[in-house]
Amino acid sequence: MNRLLIFVLVVTIFFSCSEKKKENKKVTETTDKEVIAKEDNSTADVKFPVYDFEGLEPMLHKKDDKTYIVNFWATWCRPCIEEMPYFERVNTEQKDNNVEVIFVSLDMPNMWKTRLEPYVENKGIQSEVVILDDPKQNDWIPKVSEEWGGGIPATLIYNKDKRNFYERGFTYEELNEELEKFKK
Amino acid sequence: MKKTKVLGWSALLLLFVAAFTMGFKVAKEHNLDDGYKVGDMATDFSLKNVDGSMVSLSDFDNAKGFLIIFTCNTCPYAQAYEDRIIALDAKYKSQGVPVIAIMPNNPSAKPGDSFAKMKERAAEKGFTFPYLLDEGQKVYPEYGATRTPHVFLLEKTASGNMVKYIGAIDDNYQDASQVEETFVENAVDAMLAGNEINPKTTKAIGCGIK
Repeated sequence: MNRLLIFVLVVTIFFSCSEKKKENKKVTETTDKEVIAKEDNSTADVKFPVYDFEGLEPMLHKKDDKTYIVNFWATWCRPCIEEMPYFERVNTEQKDNNVEVIFVSLDMPNMWKTRLEPYVENKGIQSEVVILDDPKQNDWIPKVSEEWGGGIPATLIYNKDKRNFYERGFTYEELNEELEKFKK
Repeated sequence: MKKTKVLGWSALLLLFVAAFTMGFKVAKEHNLDDGYKVGDMATDFSLKNVDGSMVSLSDFDNAKGFLIIFTCNTCPYAQAYEDRIIALDAKYKSQGVPVIAIMPNNPSAKPGDSFAKMKERAAEKGFTFPYLLDEGQKVYPEYGATRTPHVFLLEKTASGNMVKYIGAIDDNYQDASQVEETFVENAVDAMLAGNEINPKTTKAIGCGIK
């Protein structure tokens, strides 16, 4: 019961925060919009590398000594945003243990400059961020994992010996627990 | 004596609440895993439409099938597909396969998907099909919808509404003009012609249902 109460409280707090933020953002967004309309074809200067699936695929099959945590997310996906700090923390804490986090953004092209870049900057995200821009989802989703139905957040953890896919969110503890299974 | 009685009752109540919440959670997960597969019979429902009426599949006497589309106001993918959903209804309603859109999100978790906002959106876009609120979120777990937009094509048969196709509308959410495979149109055409549907399921990124 207590937990439920705390949960409700946390959700309410989160809500009121995010709503407020949205209001603030709206102002900047609308002022940005005109600029963006003009710039729409210059998404090329976006700060992060943009890949189609063929371009991204090697990042899902590296054969070095590292364990990679590849997280599929988008700025419009609330549970993705919620779990990001845990991935960031693991990335920092486990750096010396040969663990690396890669954030694969599925944001739409018109969101790259307006939402993705400001988000990553404001949050001071240290892990690598790349953009996957490939509308042929029915072709590439099964190539990431046959188990994946297409929901996000979704995370692939792999090294040269082992590979697991998770179509769900993580807490910090859960992420460490899974990561443990990849250490010899 | 009285004290123990009160204590006992509260303990019982607590147990009941705990059991209920746990049971509910398990049931929900269970249902999602057990969502419809192609070939299953879909149950009917009675849900409130944006025009205030209640809509059931059994209302459509002359339908040969249904395009049940779980969609919402707020998801960028759902928005990208709105015009294409309207086009599907325009093309197939006259052929006996109308679109029935269902909004599966909990409006108190997503205020942008409230019934009032649904009405607004339907009027703004000129929806030609029912846009139903899955009040209490009972229908989407039964179907096994996991994201918006998520399409279930049903065929009306003597023994019920059979699931024929589950998945995405087409293979390019970004740009309707760049679509190479119109999954849903191919499926409906094949169904109406009595041909095998291929593919019967497709995958797409979408917004999780909240």
